[in-house]
Amino acid sequence: MKKKVDAVIIGAGPAGMAAAVSLRENGIKNILLVDREPVAGGILQQCIHNGFGVHHFKEELTGPEYAERYIEQINKNKIDLWLDSCVIDIENNSKNSKTVVILSKERGISYITAKVVVLAMGCRERNRGNINIPGRRPAGIMTAGTAQKLVNIYGYLPGREVVILGSGDIGLIMARRMTWEGANVKAVIELQSYPGGLNRNIVQCLNDFNIPLYLSHTISNILGNNRIEAVEVSPLDENFEAIKSESFTLKCDTLLLSVGLIPENELSIKIGVKLDPVTRGACVDKNLMTNIPGIFSCGNVLQVHDLVDFVSEEAKNCGASAAKYINGKLEKSEEIPIRKGNLIRYVLPGKIEKGKPALLSLRPINPAENLYLVITTDTGVELFKRKYKNIFPSVMLRINIDIVPDDAEFIEIKFEK
Amino acid sequence: MKKELICINCPQGCNLEVEFDKEKILSVEGNNCKMGLTYAEEEVFHPVRMVTTTAAVMNGFIKLLPVKTSCPIDKSLTPNIVKEISKIKAEAPIRLGDIIIKNVLNTGADILATRTVKKNV
Amino acid sequence: MTNKYDVIIIGAGVIGAAIARELSRYHLDVAVLEKEIDVSFGVSKANSGIIHGGFHAPPDTLKGKLVVPGNRKFDRLCEELDFPFERNGELMVAFSEDEIHTLQFYYDRGKKNNVPYLEIIGKERLLELEPNLNPDVECALYAPSAGVICPYEYCFALIENAKQNEVNVITGEKVIWLEKNGRKFDVKTEKGNKYSARYIVNAAGLFADEIARMVGITNFKIVPRKGEEYLLDRRVGKLVKRVIFPCPTKKSKGMLIIPTVDGPVMVGPTALDIEDKTDFSTTRDGLKTVFNHAQKLVPSIRATDAITSFVGLRPAATSNFSIITKLFSVIKSFAGIKSEYIDGDFILGRTAVSGFINAAGIQSPGLTASPIIAEYISDALLKDGLKLEKNPAFNPTRKRRVKHLRSILEKKDFFEVEKLVKENKKYSNLICRCENVTEAEIVDAIKMGHTTLDGIKFATRAGTGRCQAGFCTTRILDLIHRETGIPVEQITKKGQGSEIVLTPLRKGVV
Repeated sequence: MKKKVDAVIIGAGPAGMAAAVSLRENGIKNILLVDREPVAGGILQQCIHNGFGVHHFKEELTGPEYAERYIEQINKNKIDLWLDSCVIDIENNSKNSKTVVILSKERGISYITAKVVVLAMGCRERNRGNINIPGRRPAGIMTAGTAQKLVNIYGYLPGREVVILGSGDIGLIMARRMTWEGANVKAVIELQSYPGGLNRNIVQCLNDFNIPLYLSHTISNILGNNRIEAVEVSPLDENFEAIKSESFTLKCDTLLLSVGLIPENELSIKIGVKLDPVTRGACVDKNLMTNIPGIFSCGNVLQVHDLVDFVSEEAKNCGASAAKYINGKLEKSEEIPIRKGNLIRYVLPGKIEKGKPALLSLRPINPAENLYLVITTDTGVELFKRKYKNIFPSVMLRINIDIVPDDAEFIEIKFEK
Repeated sequence: MKKELICINCPQGCNLEVEFDKEKILSVEGNNCKMGLTYAEEEVFHPVRMVTTTAAVMNGFIKLLPVKTSCPIDKSLTPNIVKEISKIKAEAPIRLGDIIIKNVLNTGADILATRTVKKNV
Repeated sequence: MTNKYDVIIIGAGVIGAAIARELSRYHLDVAVLEKEIDVSFGVSKANSGIIHGGFHAPPDTLKGKLVVPGNRKFDRLCEELDFPFERNGELMVAFSEDEIHTLQFYYDRGKKNNVPYLEIIGKERLLELEPNLNPDVECALYAPSAGVICPYEYCFALIENAKQNEVNVITGEKVIWLEKNGRKFDVKTEKGNKYSARYIVNAAGLFADEIARMVGITNFKIVPRKGEEYLLDRRVGKLVKRVIFPCPTKKSKGMLIIPTVDGPVMVGPTALDIEDKTDFSTTRDGLKTVFNHAQKLVPSIRATDAITSFVGLRPAATSNFSIITKLFSVIKSFAGIKSEYIDGDFILGRTAVSGFINAAGIQSPGLTASPIIAEYISDALLKDGLKLEKNPAFNPTRKRRVKHLRSILEKKDFFEVEKLVKENKKYSNLICRCENVTEAEIVDAIKMGHTTLDGIKFATRAGTGRCQAGFCTTRILDLIHRETGIPVEQITKKGQGSEIVLTPLRKGVV
């Protein structure tokens, strides 16, 4: 099948759905939203816990509720949604024409020509191979997200005696979830000296059930031939090397990994989208457009967010820019770069426009206390200054700049005392 | 008496310093919004939690129905609530917000569907 | 019940499988007993997949004699059995004067072993052939006849073809007792089943010494030599076109860079003699060693590009005499005792127990030599009195019933995909998104008897990609359940005891 549309959006998770709705609200009629799962909503459907939407909807929702609000808007706006459909190739024909090849369970192969493509594929979890946990290779080792899907969507418990490596939010949520379903969660082990997930999840997912959290520890060996039988836990020295002489063993039949997320950019790489080595997402301009004109990126495929609310907001902006691009109205005033100063791990976007407001997302390199975040221009004008009691790499900061001065050549962002 | 708490009402997770006596909260510090005050009071005198879990679905497009309590309930009752919900078989079609169990275990909270489930045809 | 056979082969790795297929050419009742739940699940599954050129092994060993003839068989085998094979060549690279001398030594050895088109090539040509190599490289020994295959696909193909030709392959059947009674052998398995056969072929890999001991053969021991290997993300691309070897040192044969026939690059293996035949554990040191060595050959290789690692145990044979000599090396009198076997060489052929044939101690280049080993064993059976009468109905060809979507997508041949989907709708349902494996391929693997996650992984590559089955596990569980009726909680990763989930959490929900 061949088809012509204005925009193809790849991924019908929170980012893709918000981008689609935003495109429609900005007057774009012919939109195709594609997802490989049999239902829209992405990973939200398995996140049955509450805690979503406080910023965006001003009320606390569960993952499926948050997803359903967008699904309703997709339906109401009659946006074409293809499920069980995988994008297998993208060709960049010209500035205003991309061919997207889709393999769909229902439709077989389709060739879609679009003016813009929005990348909204989300992210995947890092797994054992990515972090090279030494030891044997038995069954019973999986990512926290896989366990979440097994328990919440498929209705099976992967095991009863559980150890969790990594204190990312999914890991913490699964500690509570598995406990509620009758499992004994023995410990959460965290490489860093601070937890990876939100404070509230430490309280309601670990402390409520007296699950110990071992900071600055790692799993230094995995035991068991068919099924995992135990893990060896070791404290870490300052070089992150395991201190084997102080290690101890925890018996378990399941090891869940919650050790970080990686933007799923394989398609992006295929078409030549330039990636940022730090975020592992696309390098984008202020309009969230990649180095390839007409290809946009938003949500967790661009940068891993802490909160879905911010994904929706980013995707909404992305949809608005993409709509302007389709209408030939995406103006660009002169761009200036942002320089990363003290303690800044990354800041997005990499460039902002003179004479316009800008929204920056950033993360610090280390946790730290009592610092000012300062944004200045090369001409010495202070654009932003705020004191932070605590900063963590696990907490993304979002900063609004009212207007970028016309005479600036670059701006610098840094933390200082 | 003094206690350090982390507010769980929103993702910010404010660190609270709470001073209280036997009957009431005397002061709360560290909260960025009003929710911190309510949380401190509840957490000191009668801690409550939301419960989110799944119930079996019959004849549905999916096998499991995600559900939640209509309001936070007594923290000590959470495991019993999960158990109670696991006994239920909900019949599709179900709409988001449908009450699946009324006044679960006399807590005053209802169990609500958090997803629309079409009938499997 | 007793099952009577002419020949029972113990072990369904590539060696057992190649022998089974070879024997299926004749009018014989042959059974293969495999202790694991699927074939190729022992030593073979962790093989590097290299079809060696043949310059490594000394000419006076079985290894040296069989490697080149084995290599030559692969073009025809690949045609007959329809498994992927690429003659991409191998290079042993030198960085110093000393290493150049080593190359010359292996060049001479290769010539003695009859390695075809062997040559030493200079820096300029080398870097032209392999631009990603470390520019400090001086020259290399080049064997263009070397190649790569996928070891388990080869094993599966051999087994399927043997089955087509009436060989009985029984998995999950661990031999625990073996005795010669008169002219036949009686076999008992862990499950309590009994078999008998006039001939036994011992292709039991790591456990070949234990099988041999059951009939009183105690003159060799299998020492597991552990090798850790790391698989890189497909995204990294084919950093090298040929298999790259360093020059071996006294301490180590060195780490290889292997462009696998399926695409991704593999690095390793380490080599460490161990005791425990179940020690499939990776180590921190192994990781460091592998990547340090690999980076010396190809500097752009990164440990962060690894998506998974695994361990292979090579079944290295040592003569029990030589173990004694090593232990008592100070006692001069022992020095005079010569072992029957050369340490580390294959142990092939007839034994003191007539009818009991060894195919043991088969480590590298065993995969390369496997087609010749199979002929060697059938010849040994003949010499031991087995009548080999050609079966005119023997069908040497086995065809893959399904195409791999991935290889078609790599060619961007979307018309071919359209055609496939028209023939079989299941081709439009992508199950493993990292490796582009469809429902059609997985259902075919299940129908061929691969009903574990690992079995399906080896047969289709589903779950071998960068997410390491994070997204497709539940889908594959569903398909196994749908096709076989096995309850989800009984589906395993690699056999009993490795179940994926417990019983359903909600009653009435399946």
